[in-house]
Amino acid sequence: MARVISVCLPMWPIDRLRRAGDTPSCDDGPLILAGRTSNRRVITAACARARSLGLGPGMPVSKAQALVPDLRVLQADPRGDLAALERLALWLMQRFAPIVAVDPPEGVVIDATGTDHLHGGEAAMLDAILGRLTLSGITATIAMADTWGAAHALARHAGAVTIAPPGTAREALAPLPLAALRLPPATVAGLADMGFQTVGDLMAVPRAPLTRRFGPEVTRRLDQALGLSGEPIDPLRPADLATSRRAFAEPIAATETIARQIGRLVGDLCAQLESRGMGARRLDLICWRVDSAAQPVRVGLAAPQRDPARLTRLLCDKIPSIDPGFGIEIMTLTATLAEPLAPRQRATLLEPEAPDVTGLIDVLANRVGAAAVFRIAPVASEVPERSVARVAPLSAIPEGWPDHWPRPARLLPRPEPIETMALLPDQAPHWIAWRGSRHRVARADGPERIFGEWWKREAETRAVRDYFRVEDESGRRFWIFRQGDGEDASTGSHRWFLHGVFG
Amino acid sequence: MPASAATLTALRARIADLSGDAQARAVLPFGVADLDRRLPQGGLALGCLHEVAGGAGGAVDGAAAACFAAGIAARLPGQVLWCVTRADLFAPGLAQAGLPPGRVIHVEAGDEASVLACMEEGLRHGGLSAVVAEVGRLSMTASRRLHLAAKGTGTTGIALRRWRAVAEAADFGQPTASMTRWQVSEIPSAALPVPGLGRARWRVALVRARAGEPFDLELEACDGTGHLGLPADVADRPAAAGRRYAFM
Repeated sequence: MARVISVCLPMWPIDRLRRAGDTPSCDDGPLILAGRTSNRRVITAACARARSLGLGPGMPVSKAQALVPDLRVLQADPRGDLAALERLALWLMQRFAPIVAVDPPEGVVIDATGTDHLHGGEAAMLDAILGRLTLSGITATIAMADTWGAAHALARHAGAVTIAPPGTAREALAPLPLAALRLPPATVAGLADMGFQTVGDLMAVPRAPLTRRFGPEVTRRLDQALGLSGEPIDPLRPADLATSRRAFAEPIAATETIARQIGRLVGDLCAQLESRGMGARRLDLICWRVDSAAQPVRVGLAAPQRDPARLTRLLCDKIPSIDPGFGIEIMTLTATLAEPLAPRQRATLLEPEAPDVTGLIDVLANRVGAAAVFRIAPVASEVPERSVARVAPLSAIPEGWPDHWPRPARLLPRPEPIETMALLPDQAPHWIAWRGSRHRVARADGPERIFGEWWKREAETRAVRDYFRVEDESGRRFWIFRQGDGEDASTGSHRWFLHGVFG
Repeated sequence: MPASAATLTALRARIADLSGDAQARAVLPFGVADLDRRLPQGGLALGCLHEVAGGAGGAVDGAAAACFAAGIAARLPGQVLWCVTRADLFAPGLAQAGLPPGRVIHVEAGDEASVLACMEEGLRHGGLSAVVAEVGRLSMTASRRLHLAAKGTGTTGIALRRWRAVAEAADFGQPTASMTRWQVSEIPSAALPVPGLGRARWRVALVRARAGEPFDLELEACDGTGHLGLPADVADRPAAAGRRYAFM
C-alpha cells in the first residue's frame, strides 16, 4: 500500500517574499499581491492581516484599495513562485524521501512509501517536515493518506496535521466538501446546484448519471482519491543533479540481473560525478515496475564518494528490500546530495597511510540506520549523563574527559533507587540493596559532590548529588549517589540511587 | 632433551598444518610475565576471535569484561568498533581503561543478529585494529564465520558475552570456534592503609584455549594504558598462583 504526503502552503507567495527579506513584516500594514486575469487586476494572495480585514484572492484590487486605505500592493510573480516551490521540493527530497513532486500552485507531494521508519514513524515524519517549514517562516498544513488525491484533500480541508491510517481513505474523505476533489470550479458549482455537499454524498449515488451530466472528470477524481485508479507521482529531477537511467526491453526481476544493472548505473553516475569534481552523499535508486509502481531505495554516505565498487556494494546490500513484482522496466539512479570531492594526497613517505574507515561506516549506517553508528564526544558537564554526546562517526573528537575521578564502565540509562543504611551527612552506606540482592559494603570512597547546573534548569539551582564508590564483600564495585547534601532538605530528597557499575 | 624438543616442534607444525592455522600468528603480550608464560606463543593471538565474559553477577553487567576487552583493544594501534544492543557503555570509563573516545566507533544495533552481522562487517573490512561485540548467544556457526573473517584480515575480534540473567550464563559452556575464552570476575581489592578504594582486582581465568592449558590468576585491573598489573602480594608469594594446584 502506497503512502503519500501532501503539503499545502496556503500563504506561499507571501511567505516567499518575506523569506527573501525584501518585504517588511505584516505588522507594518496589510499586504496583498495583485495579478491580472483577462483585463482585471485582482488579488492573488493576501497576508493574514489583510485576510482579517475581509480581503481575499479573487477580489478586484481597486475594491480592496477602496476598503483599506493603507494597503500595500505588490505585483504577483507566479513564475518565481513556481521556481521557489521547486527549490523547496528539492530540499524536501534531499532530506525526507526520494520521490517528491511539486503540486502547483501551492503544494508539494511526497511519496513516503517505506521511508517513514527512517524518521521514527509517520507522525514523527510529518512533525519533522512541518516543524522545519514553520521554523523557516512558512505557513503549512500537511496530511498523509493512501493516495495523492486523499492526501491533497485532507491537507487542504482538514486540520494542520492529518494522518489517515492505511485503508481508511473512504471514511476520511466522506465528510469533506466537494471542493476537496480537485474538480474545476464550474463542476463543483453544478454539483452543489444538484444538492451534493460532501464527497460522501457523491460516493453514495450511481455513477452513470453523474458521468452523463458532468463528464468523466468527476468519477476519475473520485477513483484517484480512493485509490481505485492509479496516479503516478513524477519525481522532481532538476537538470543539475547527476542522474543515470536505464530502460529495459524485457522487465527484469532476478537479484543477479538487478545487481548487474545497478553496477552499470553506478558506472555512468560516477563518470558524471567525476567530470563535475563531485562526490555523492546521498543516492536514490528508483525502480519503476511494469505496473507503474515505484520502488525507491535510498543510501547515505558519511563522506562524499565516487568509487563505483563502493557505491555498487551499498546499493546491492539493499536489493532484498526491492519488490520487483511482475518486473522492473526502468531504473534511475540519482545523486540527490553531492558535494565537492577533490583528489587529495592520502599518504606520504614519512607517515604511513591511516586506514580509511568511511566505507565501513557507510555499510553499517545503511544496515542499522545512520543514527545508530556514532562516536561519543566529551561535553563540558559535571553531571555524568550529560558529559557524553553522540556525534557523527567522522567528526573530529576533542581530547577526553578530565581524569580526576574514576568513572564506571557501565552507566545505567537512568539511576535506579536503592535501599541503604548510611550515616548522614557524609558517610558511605553500610549496605545497599539493589535489584533484590543485598551487598554489604566492605570499602568505600567518597563523597564526590556534583552540583546541579543552575544555568540549565531552574529546578537544579540548589540540587546536589554526593557520589560514592563502594566495593562489596565479593569485590564488585558500584557507583551510588545520594540526592542532596545530607543536611539541607532543599538540596534533594536524600534518597539513594545506583548509577553505574565499575569493572 | 633436544631430540624430543625437535620432535615436539615438528608435531606442532603438523597439527598447525592440519588445523589450517599454518602461518605464525602475531601475538599481543599482556606484559605480565606470569600470564604471558602460560599462553601459547606468549600472548594473545591477533587476527582471531576471542570470548570474554564476566563471572557471577558480572555476567549481566559485564563491566569487568568490558574493561578487560577495552584494555586489549587499547594496546592495539588503530580504530576500534564496538557493537552493542544495550546502550549502557560509559565512554569516560572506557577512556580510563585506555581507550579514548577518538578511537572508538560505536554501533547500536537493534538485536543480536545484527550485532553479529556488524561485527563480521567490521572484521572483514581490515582497517580496524579490533572489533568488540556484546552478544549473549554465540552459535558454533556464527563464531566460525567471525573467526574466519578475523583470520582473513588480521583484525582481532572480541565477543563480549553478556546475558540478560545470570541463569542464561550457562550458555558459556557451549562450544564455539573462538581461539580463547576468558572469564573475568571481580574479587575484593587489597585494603589500603587509609579509608578508600585501591586499584580493582580481578580473577582472570582462561577457561579454554586452543593449544593451551586453562588457568586462572589474580590480577589488578587495567590502568590508564590498558595494562594489567600483578598484585604485589601475589608476585612476592614464594609459590606463585599457578602452581597452587600442584599442592592442593
